[in-house]
Amino acid sequence: MAARPEARLGGLRETVSAALARLRSGGDVGDRVPSGGWRVVADKEFGDHVLSVRLFILVAVLGLAAVGAIYSTSTFVRSNAQQAAGAPGLFVLLFSAQSPSSQIPSFATLIGLLGPLLGIAFGFDAINGERAERTLPRLVAQPIHRDDVINGKFAAGLAAIGLVLVAITVLVSGVAFFELGIVPGPDDVARVVAWLAATIVYVGFWLAFAMLCSVALRRAATSALAAISVWLVLTLFASLLTGIAAGILAPLPANPTLDQQVANAQLQLDLARISPGELYGEATAYLLNPSVQSVGIIMPSQQAAALPSILPFEQSLLLSWPQGVALVALTVVCFGAAYVAFMRQEIRA
Amino acid sequence: MSVIRTRALTKTYGSLVAVDHLNLDVRPGEVFGLLGPNGAGKTTTILMLLGLSEPTEGHAEVAGFDPTRDPLEVKRRVGYLPDQVGFYGNLTGRQNLRYTARLNRLNEREIEGRIGGLLDQVGLADVADRTVDTYSRGMLQRLGLADALVKDPSVVILDEPTTAIDPAGVVEVLASIRSIARDRGAAVLLSSHLLHQVQQVCDRVAIFVAGKVVAQGTMRRLAEQMAGDTLQIEVGLEGPADALEPALRAVPGVHEAVRDEHDPRVWRVTGSRALQQRLAGELVSRGVAVWHLRRVGDDLDEIYMRYFANNKEVGDGRAA
Repeated sequence: MAARPEARLGGLRETVSAALARLRSGGDVGDRVPSGGWRVVADKEFGDHVLSVRLFILVAVLGLAAVGAIYSTSTFVRSNAQQAAGAPGLFVLLFSAQSPSSQIPSFATLIGLLGPLLGIAFGFDAINGERAERTLPRLVAQPIHRDDVINGKFAAGLAAIGLVLVAITVLVSGVAFFELGIVPGPDDVARVVAWLAATIVYVGFWLAFAMLCSVALRRAATSALAAISVWLVLTLFASLLTGIAAGILAPLPANPTLDQQVANAQLQLDLARISPGELYGEATAYLLNPSVQSVGIIMPSQQAAALPSILPFEQSLLLSWPQGVALVALTVVCFGAAYVAFMRQEIRA
Repeated sequence: MSVIRTRALTKTYGSLVAVDHLNLDVRPGEVFGLLGPNGAGKTTTILMLLGLSEPTEGHAEVAGFDPTRDPLEVKRRVGYLPDQVGFYGNLTGRQNLRYTARLNRLNEREIEGRIGGLLDQVGLADVADRTVDTYSRGMLQRLGLADALVKDPSVVILDEPTTAIDPAGVVEVLASIRSIARDRGAAVLLSSHLLHQVQQVCDRVAIFVAGKVVAQGTMRRLAEQMAGDTLQIEVGLEGPADALEPALRAVPGVHEAVRDEHDPRVWRVTGSRALQQRLAGELVSRGVAVWHLRRVGDDLDEIYMRYFANNKEVGDGRAA
């Protein structure tokens, strides 16, 4: 799997020569090979995903967890119906708030926790699966660009993820609607749609990461294990790791000053933001809770000065924008790595 | 006019030379065999012809296009059956072919008719709607052949088309290969290490050892080139060994007569070219009954084994 410069150039050259061919023929496809081979690949892959057992299992697991979470939250809201009545943003709080009396996390937390599994499930055998079935040489010998294969598979994975997430969100909204009779307003709908978009990007990151594993590792089982291990480490030990790193880079003496404490905490937060989970959690906090105004470090003096208020959707969106952009960037970088690795690989097993 | 043409095509991996200054010409309607042991560089050559691997040096032209610069145009016109072809196990044979047809952007209305015809042609019409998981190795190979023909190619490249299938399957596959060249007028390039299987369908062959072509041409020419002035004939004789050996040696032109290790009635006679016409008559006139006579060396396997046995000396000398 050693990278050979000529192989790397080969892919690039394919793309460039096709682009030039299109230019030369003045946009008229005519007898030339039409572009859009990725769409044929995506069509087939999406069909496979939709009919796959793994989709069925994931929908069942995520659906059960989601309904459990929403049921627990809505029961709490119902028992406190008096205070809750007319509270703004109640609909989105159903997604994000955890009932204090229950062990079940909120729907949004659950999706943040289990979402990566969805991405990994649709990506871990994308390329090495083709190798194992010995279909890759046949596939790339068809008149499509080599990157059409990986682009099509990524697009199909994203579409399948979007399908599952939208279905579950609609299911959950339906449960909330029937249990509590809360009708979402336009602001609520906008928040849920924005949150869904962020979730798809977040799960897309894990899809891209799993695809990177499927390019780099020859066996599907190894690649699934690698992707799941990284996910577990980031989920379970991220705070531990950032704590240790911050302790080394901005050490706290025995009697730290406030400045030292803030510096340490800020560093921990910055390091945590390398993880897509942290970024997604912050974006979710802004989008699904209109009263959240900051997810950074807040001094008691600042808190006292802040007016408790409900933000309109645009303001929440603005606040979550950096996290959203960072998530998109991480996903693009990860997919880019998978793309480059695939283009540099020899086709031969 | 050749549809496959390579000039000094070379591929190196670090210090390893996988393909060394290869010159090939394959014409339309011809079956060309690229023969050689495993690791000789056959698959590397094929990948370069398809534009899936870039040559280190040299130049190739396939169906009028340079595979390095115009890989898509080449891949549009070239049907390819890879070594140990695989299909998507969860799809049926028909669905697998449909996918290939769509990747070739064939007209949706034509697709069904064309793949139906191809499935008929390779004898898979009955199982076309079963998932590929249930296919035998031979059925997969035949589906692979149909898959290579979906795009109605002008060049067909088959990598080890007869490996891993049973003898009956081999006969069917070889018949199909023959008809691709004859009926469709396509150029067929096939690679194999099983020479005795493919020699019956190849018009011309190139013997390929360690990245180099050590011999190229029709089978007859190769045999003559190999044999030189001497000739080997296998004769089956009836009679006691001690009487037969002097009788054989007495024939003018015979240099050597050796009894076969396995079948005591068969002798291997080495001698001058003239023996080909004379040996039987001479033996009969001496009262020896001849029941079998075969010129050894026409058989590709034997040519190949000889190249193999001393390919170090042959490597440079006879490459032209």
